[in-house]
Amino acid sequence: MVEFTLPKNSKIKKGKKHQSKDLGKKNKSFKVYRWNPDDKKNPQLDTFDINLENCGPMVLDALIKIKNEIDPTLTFRRSCREGVCGSCAMNIDGTNTLACTKSIEDIKGEVSVFPLPHMHVVKDLVIDMKKLYEQYASIKPWLQSNSSDPSRERSQSKKERSKLDGLWECILCACCSTSCPSYWWNPDRYLGPAVLLQAYRWIADSRDEKTGERLDNLEDPFRLYRCHTIMNCTSACPKGLNPAKAIAETKKLMHERR
Amino acid sequence: MEKTRPLSPHLTIYRWQISMILSILHRITGVGLGIGTLMISYWFISIASGPKSYSTAQWFFDSIIGKILIFGFTLSLVFHLLNGIRHLFWDIGLGFEINTSKKSGWTVVILTFILTLAIWLSAFMIKKTYE
Repeated sequence: MVEFTLPKNSKIKKGKKHQSKDLGKKNKSFKVYRWNPDDKKNPQLDTFDINLENCGPMVLDALIKIKNEIDPTLTFRRSCREGVCGSCAMNIDGTNTLACTKSIEDIKGEVSVFPLPHMHVVKDLVIDMKKLYEQYASIKPWLQSNSSDPSRERSQSKKERSKLDGLWECILCACCSTSCPSYWWNPDRYLGPAVLLQAYRWIADSRDEKTGERLDNLEDPFRLYRCHTIMNCTSACPKGLNPAKAIAETKKLMHERR
Repeated sequence: MEKTRPLSPHLTIYRWQISMILSILHRITGVGLGIGTLMISYWFISIASGPKSYSTAQWFFDSIIGKILIFGFTLSLVFHLLNGIRHLFWDIGLGFEINTSKKSGWTVVILTFILTLAIWLSAFMIKKTYE
């Protein structure tokens, strides 16, 4: 169901203002979404003023600085700090991206930091990804074959292998799926760009022998065809991949096999 | 637990981009085409029902509101047609690179205004030759 407004318990209230003690010449304001499950209040937008002279270059550096020096309760996921793990995906300056690869200097004025859009918030910037993982499992993201196991590895030609480029690099950070209005309005029935790119990754794999079943599983007005080529996914992807194109290729295969 | 968890903000915080704007405009102009088709049907029915109803219809379409409606219909028609061509290219797997889709999007916007104005100018010129 399309609901443009947020439910009552999700409306964002004004928050607190914090300043770091080392403010100097190069200060920057960060507006950060906060919600604590323990204090039964609505989410709020806290402002943190920090000195960039004593801070690393990326938005994640700023968040870690805030957590270390101002408010240790600020909660967010992070791990690799180099765009490989996908943990620190969030909405920064209006678009979804990884906090660890988003440069603070690229953002004019205040930096707004929200959790990934239209997801249930666990705490602050941490969202519940359970449903997305269930959808991911539903496309059976592993190699399936009908023949018995070969005695050695399954070989591919260079050309066959090249079909997986632009697909295998996906880190499942969910920036794309949570940028997609179609996924916002139909998160239960539409699989969303991340899962559909993964589905195509196995459809395009020459070693996989269940292509037909995989396409059958997607042949549905919602699971695949809620994609209206809005292209937010491709614009958002921090790895420079193209989920919209992967979905289009899947639709083409659907048509070709008719 | 899940019920008490708030939903993170979406439409109100997401930065509007050309791709997203044109997508929603495609839908809005699609609705516009539906309304426009009803208008044309009304016009045809008024012709079939005789001179009196026809002159009422002509009076309505000649009024400011009528003109705005027809202008909106032309705009919808041209935009939906051009953006529809963009969709046809996407359907065969072309034009998905971010830069390409931005360029094709802006091309649609610019051509929409040029073509709509051209249609109206030529309509006024045709009208003048009959007066």
